Amino acid sequence: MTGETTAALLLLADGRLPAGGHAHSGGLEPSVAADRVRDVASLETFLRGRAVTSGLLAAAFAASACAAVLAGDNGRLGVLEEELDARQPSPVLRQTSRKLGRQLVRAMRVIRPHDCWAGLGRSPHHPIVLGAAAAVSGLRPYAAALAAVHDAVAGPATAAVRLLGLDPFATHAALARLGPLLDAIAADAERYADADPAHLPAGSAPLLDLAAEHHATWEVRLFAS
Amino acid sequence: MPHDHDHTHDHPHPHVDTAGVLPREPGRALRIGIGGPVGSGKTALVAALCRSLGTEVNLAVVTNDIYTTEDADFLLRNGVLPNERVRAVETGACPHTAIRDDISANLEALEDLEESIPGVELLLVESGGDNLTATFSRGLVHKQIYVVDVAGGDKVPRKGGPGVTRADLLVINKTDLADRVNADLSVMDRDSRAQRGDLPTVFLSLTEDPTAAPVAAWVRGCLAEGTAEPSGVASGNAATG
Ligand SMILES: Nc1nc2c(ncn2[C@@H]2O[C@H](COP(=O)(O)OP(=O)(O)O)[C@@H](O)[C@H]2O)c(=O)[nH]1
Ligand SMILES: [Mg+2]
Repeated sequence: MTGETTAALLLLADGRLPAGGHAHSGGLEPSVAADRVRDVASLETFLRGRAVTSGLLAAAFAASACAAVLAGDNGRLGVLEEELDARQPSPVLRQTSRKLGRQLVRAMRVIRPHDCWAGLGRSPHHPIVLGAAAAVSGLRPYAAALAAVHDAVAGPATAAVRLLGLDPFATHAALARLGPLLDAIAADAERYADADPAHLPAGSAPLLDLAAEHHATWEVRLFAS
Repeated sequence: MPHDHDHTHDHPHPHVDTAGVLPREPGRALRIGIGGPVGSGKTALVAALCRSLGTEVNLAVVTNDIYTTEDADFLLRNGVLPNERVRAVETGACPHTAIRDDISANLEALEDLEESIPGVELLLVESGGDNLTATFSRGLVHKQIYVVDVAGGDKVPRKGGPGVTRADLLVINKTDLADRVNADLSVMDRDSRAQRGDLPTVFLSLTEDPTAAPVAAWVRGCLAEGTAEPSGVASGNAATG
């Protein structure tokens, strides 16, 4: 990453990016309700698990989508859509991913106008839009993957501060400890940038899938997912 | 009906505006935000507006309850609006973020309503109750109403905050309770004039006037303004008070 593109990555990965993420807990809300997350230690374990499963999945698809847009290969984006659908067994999580993707496209159209936004369809998956956003921002697949895996843990960490009243410094310290893991996951994901989409990783977290399905049926909830 | 023409939605509406202020486009719905503290009567006002305007104006509602769909359920249960005209947005414990800093989910709900209800003329967005600093983004709505109530104390208008000082209409609700809570309406009137300059304020009791007549009249006026005038409050008015 050159100095120039580092600023672009910070913009994309900043939790203040107005693309709808603040209303989602990444499965944390149901995990708190089930008492699986109750303090900073259990939060860190939760985030680690999320990073290596859905985090890696999102990172690999973001890297691949970034490479596709950089290569002008829009056809590959459609294939990635199907491959990602196949890797997300929970209908609720597929829908959430598409909702967040649609919201990110809406924001990016204004933040960084580009032809690729028109060709992405109505509700593309979030990691694929994030990869495209990275490409349009002048970033490489590694940066796209890093933004995706960062997003996979930063959102739930903020949700934990809101839901459990955890010390925000201690929560951020947990995120800091995860740094090397996130870097390694992004490096791993980058290897798939030019791979056949069928060969992308398929890691999943069954408990998160079940929790998402359960959460969607709650009558009273704070977060959309 | 001011926007009576064929309007198809097979093209996207990105709402790009360099000034960050939502333009009023011919044939597109007027968007009005309704904000204010918890319990001041926002949902009751939305219900009243649906009752008094529902037969003359093609309208729909987005709610932003802190706890999921309580307000939307109220509107449905009371038969104010049919299911397809009410959308609930979840706000992740931060109602002010969803109407001001990150308006994505609300924009999506509004776009969905515009697509699914051909010819819709008026979209009301009720914010989740929040503190006095929560106001709507000018990228989300054209006009905003701020609802406070006399039971919150007659000092609220003097305390100000952007909702009180800059909303296009300030509604002081529950005047029927003024005596019981020792609220002096003349003080509230004087303070809101001082805070708001020329911007209008109305006193209301939704229990005594379930049609919210003065607010409905103001909304009719906004609809009639059409696209002639750009949205009322820009950053320039921030100095008021
Ligand atoms: N006495 C009185 N009660 C009202 C009035 N308007 C609303 N309420 C009641 O105040 C409570 C809160 O109203 P609601 O519309 O849910 O407030 P919101 O939180 O701002 O949406 C409800 O019990 C209403 O029936 C009013 O003008 N007078
Ligand atoms: Mg309400």
